[in-house]
Amino acid sequence: MIIAVASGKGGTGKTTIAVGLALSLENVQFLDCDVEEPNAHIFLKPEITHTEWVNIPVPKVNEDRCTYCGKCAEICVYNAIAVIKERVLLFSELCHGCGGCSLLCPEDAIEEVGRPIGVLQKGKSGSISFTHGKLNLGEALAVPLVRAVKRASLETHPNNNQFTSNNGITIIDVPPGTSCPVIESVKGSNFCLLATEPTPFGLNDLVLAVETLKKLKIPFGVVINRADVGDKKVDEYCKDEKVPILMRIPMDRDIAMAYSKGIPIIEVKPAYKKEFLKLYEKIEDLTGG
Amino acid sequence: MKQIVVISGKGGTGKSIITGSFASLAKNKVMADCDVDAADLYLLLHPVVKETHEFRGGKTAFIDQSRCSQCGKCQEVCRFEAIDNYVVDPISCEGCGICFHICPEKAIKMVDNLSGKWFVSETKYGPFVHAKLGIAEENSGKLVTLVRQNAKLIAEKEKRDFVIIDGPPGIGCPVIASLAGVDIALIVTEPTLSGIHDLERIVGVARHFGIKSFVCINKYDLNLIITQKIEEYCRHNSIELVGKIPFDISVIEALVRGLPIVEYSNNQVTNEIKNLWEKILGI
Repeated sequence: MIIAVASGKGGTGKTTIAVGLALSLENVQFLDCDVEEPNAHIFLKPEITHTEWVNIPVPKVNEDRCTYCGKCAEICVYNAIAVIKERVLLFSELCHGCGGCSLLCPEDAIEEVGRPIGVLQKGKSGSISFTHGKLNLGEALAVPLVRAVKRASLETHPNNNQFTSNNGITIIDVPPGTSCPVIESVKGSNFCLLATEPTPFGLNDLVLAVETLKKLKIPFGVVINRADVGDKKVDEYCKDEKVPILMRIPMDRDIAMAYSKGIPIIEVKPAYKKEFLKLYEKIEDLTGG
Repeated sequence: MKQIVVISGKGGTGKSIITGSFASLAKNKVMADCDVDAADLYLLLHPVVKETHEFRGGKTAFIDQSRCSQCGKCQEVCRFEAIDNYVVDPISCEGCGICFHICPEKAIKMVDNLSGKWFVSETKYGPFVHAKLGIAEENSGKLVTLVRQNAKLIAEKEKRDFVIIDGPPGIGCPVIASLAGVDIALIVTEPTLSGIHDLERIVGVARHFGIKSFVCINKYDLNLIITQKIEEYCRHNSIELVGKIPFDISVIEALVRGLPIVEYSNNQVTNEIKNLWEKILGI
């Protein structure tokens, strides 16, 4: 069972929910796919046992073989390579690593070399197997790093025993928004929890997230955070669209204070453990066991 | 003319609330919403759309089954795991076109993507350029650049003093596109360990691109110890702290009414945002 925790709008409680669920279920695998601003480690405090660079392949031109025909520049849709007279200019930070230039070069003059875009770290937090990625500052492309974090998961790499969790549950903390890094993070999940808040911003971004998940054909349910403030429009929307509301977390200064200090919700309010286990049961029901 | 972007690293720290208030406080400016995949600012500015433009951000491969000989070459060369069983998954396809070049049967076409729309609108606060990225679409960075270019054009043509940009969360491609070449980046943070962690990263990104940044702590009274830590961090890194806004439920009340907080209340939050804008004017 892979459960992604997403939200259109940032700051609605994704990490709070993902961490709360993981600590309540125990023995799970936790993937923080918000590689631009990863925060789950602040709460789970994993002991990192493995760190590796994540590279994407970028072209390197062998000028002895290059005839400056310009084929590479012509086929590169990312404008990562330009040929002017007798020079090849590389803009590696624009390269998506598709490999087209090296494959299609008629002189076989392009090889690929790795360019680091961030790090991948794995470790343990109690019974939880933890993986996250940290994108390098100034780096634009988050997707290849998200992909690397997901490859570390049991479901896609069954031989990856070292980080296998016991109960077969993976929880994914997803970045905010609805664009490419979100899609890459959520893809392949069995269920997606959508965190929102009862405000016009929360509703607007929830609607976008719901449309995204419908397009991806992933079943989903909503968790309303700070549920007792704002207005009733998120509730009305969920009712009209038959989107299940699976949990409500009220506005609570103790929870906000604990969050600010990096303390998971179930540590300050142990009663929430039961709530998160109930949430998981509801997800099991909605995904047919 | 100055370009000011409001960013945060971490989502939900109050970027749009502050940008919405700047719309109300600043005179003679153009507003731009560069959070194109979760655009919210329109909920405070109530735009009347004057122009709608299509955004074609890239291409997607399409396999003509009547020509396909199922040789599997396209699947072999695709680095994005976008082709399965001789069918392209448009969501995974990054439009690189190698499959198109490599197909021996010429069975693959590259089709233009309608990846979103962008708008030029009129509001009671002046012109507003905004966009809507299509669901599960790519190239948000390019769309951000389009929004910014057009906001700047309007500002130059109408001799406006500012372009005020609501930026997206994170540090990746749409953030870089929002930051590039601005005069001032206002970073909105909150007194949480996540907030300070993300602040340090976005400051690093702004620095990487040579952008002068200023920090504002929103909801500063939620944790005074961490607020103090952020103040120390700013001092150590020679970043000017230009505002400290308290937490107040009136912010949510104003939002529910679709109003910038400075038009809803005369409380401390409003005063602090007014001071913040005055400080930015003085930069």
